[in-house]
Amino acid sequence: MQSESALLARLRGTIAQAKAVASAHPPVPLGSEAADRALGGGLKRDGLHEFYAAEPQDSPAALAMALLCAVRCRATGHGAPLLWLRERKARSDGQPYGPGLAELGIDPDSVILLDLPDLMAVLRAGADSLHHGGATAALLEMPGKASAFDLTASRRLALAAARMGMMVLVARGCAQPVPSVAHSRWRVASAPSAALAADAPGHPVFDLTLIRHRGGKEGIDLRLEWNRDEQSFRAPLSGGVSAPAIGGADRSGGRRAA
Amino acid sequence: MRIAALSHAALDLGLSPGMALADARAREPDLAACPHDAAADAALLGWLADGCERYTPMVATQGEAGLVLDLTGCEAVFAERGSAKTGPCFDRLSTNGQQGRSESFEAQLARDLVARLAGAGFTARLARGDTPDMAHALARFACRDPRALPVEALALDGDGHIALHRAGLSTIGDLADRPRAPLAARFGPQLPVLLARLLGEEDPRITPRRHAPEIEVERRYAEPMMTTGPLLAVIADMAHEAARALDLAGTGGRRFGVALFRVDGHVARLTVETGAATRDPAVIARLFDERLDSLADPLDPGFGYDMLRFAVLDAEPLDPDQQPLEGGEARIPDLAPLLDRLAVRFGAASVRRFHPRDHHFPEHAATTRPARAGAAALPWPAPEPGEPPLRPLTLFDPPQPITVLAEVPDGPPRRFQWRGEQHRVRLSEGPERIAYPWWRVEQGEGPTRDYYRVEDESGRRFWLFRHGLYEERGNPDWYIHGLFA
Repeated sequence: MQSESALLARLRGTIAQAKAVASAHPPVPLGSEAADRALGGGLKRDGLHEFYAAEPQDSPAALAMALLCAVRCRATGHGAPLLWLRERKARSDGQPYGPGLAELGIDPDSVILLDLPDLMAVLRAGADSLHHGGATAALLEMPGKASAFDLTASRRLALAAARMGMMVLVARGCAQPVPSVAHSRWRVASAPSAALAADAPGHPVFDLTLIRHRGGKEGIDLRLEWNRDEQSFRAPLSGGVSAPAIGGADRSGGRRAA
Repeated sequence: MRIAALSHAALDLGLSPGMALADARAREPDLAACPHDAAADAALLGWLADGCERYTPMVATQGEAGLVLDLTGCEAVFAERGSAKTGPCFDRLSTNGQQGRSESFEAQLARDLVARLAGAGFTARLARGDTPDMAHALARFACRDPRALPVEALALDGDGHIALHRAGLSTIGDLADRPRAPLAARFGPQLPVLLARLLGEEDPRITPRRHAPEIEVERRYAEPMMTTGPLLAVIADMAHEAARALDLAGTGGRRFGVALFRVDGHVARLTVETGAATRDPAVIARLFDERLDSLADPLDPGFGYDMLRFAVLDAEPLDPDQQPLEGGEARIPDLAPLLDRLAVRFGAASVRRFHPRDHHFPEHAATTRPARAGAAALPWPAPEPGEPPLRPLTLFDPPQPITVLAEVPDGPPRRFQWRGEQHRVRLSEGPERIAYPWWRVEQGEGPTRDYYRVEDESGRRFWLFRHGLYEERGNPDWYIHGLFA
């Protein structure tokens, strides 16, 4: 009897502890019901998440997806700044543009850009930032084959992230997935947007595949649209490619000329 | 070619500076000559001046080969430091055991300085004077009495001293007792001023090479530090002492420096900066740790460092830290120390923030600046609700050329080729016309840009522009300027 009740008390204690940890770092909901159901509430706030571009040309989409997850994290947590670590050489996709961030609903003043000489510097500065804490999330941009970002490096980042309750986002363009301890890994591609009036490109839409999810469902395909005004994702209203595309080119010419 | 300077041996042969090299060679065929490098000489003199900062912060160079040290008040400081903490202030003297404390401060200093300079291979002539000019002239002409100095010691412009010689005035003593007004009338208004300085009647201050910091901590070692191993511990110790002084003054440092004085006179300097005023010794020591790690060429202790000086170079008022009375909630750690550390390790230009600018050209409308440059003065333009992003996430600088199939005169692109790939345009919006700033550039006008936001069939979104209207130039080029999310 005695031992049974002691065991029960211990188990209750363990559960209470786990709950306390979970409530200290509640998951970050993406805003779309389907996505949040698939993720079991949202992205792990103190976890490591990877965003791989489906094709080399989707690197901006992977980067944007990582940034927008950081925005969700900031919007649902304390408003500490966001650290964006990138290699100085990573210029094939251009330079980060402040007004573009503002147009996506990311306050450029809340972003601190770390322009670092090489991949080792990115990893070192990333580990340092996570040990220090004080930011909402750290975004590490690692284009190409980043051999230094291996299982050990990712484990180091994930442990530090869990300790400080910071989210780590890794954006990988032009890269093949490598083994890591990421809590979630996504394949990201740009998706056709819902056309606005006069065949104008609409809000950014992403095609996502959850290719890895530690302790959850995997292999889920999602299509999400970013809603800047509400700072959240939603399922696209018209389902992407819509009727105006057929023969739209002829009509659009006339409209543009106006 | 003329001779600029000569060695002792050459002077003994009867050669003199200013001679033509050909004449000198005619007299001494195996004369070795090398070109005169004034910049290197100045750098060497500066190096020596740095080394002399171990005696006084007031060090200035004078002329081509002179150093002036202002020792006012240094004696008391040396006596205090020498007796209290670090043993005798001039280690060389005490180890040689020649003279004890009966010798005057200046004589001790002179002996130490001559010994150090001789060790580095220099010959020095030292003289003490009441004013910088007097000391310099006495040293230069190896003279003890200012009145016995030749008139050349005045360093008059041009041929002033020749005129004085012709007037039968060959020493300073000849000039000293004469009324000054007639001298000024005949030899120029500059003469009485220089004379007064030389005779110690007027005391100009020297301008030191470095501004003396308000808070300094020193460590002197009788036995030089031969490795850099204990360096960090010493710096941390000095930072502790400086922190106490900062605390008393109610200030915090923004810039800290450590000067390492090597036995042979070389001085290495390390400087760190912080984004906000601080006096936390642990933070300061960590910054120096980063600095030591990131040095491009590591410190060379050579024969060892025999003196270290820690200085607070810039200080700002800083109120004492206060703990909240009530427990308060767990605070989010401040990012500033992290950013300081990263800036020390990777360079201040690595830590950047976005800054908007008042300019209508997209590439000039925003920039990134080192975070230390301060906060932005302008607000970011607020996006219009309901609109998709109208500006790209990343911008190409410079824009990349593309080949485009588009309708004339201002139709959107139908198809374009970029990086060897064809993109069929599905959706597009434009043109957004951005004019060349003709109101700023006086001559001529540049091409107008027509921007289009396009989306290709696979859903990728681009920002393209046509560089010029069809009426401006026959066949305008197209460029890609940015990528949307």
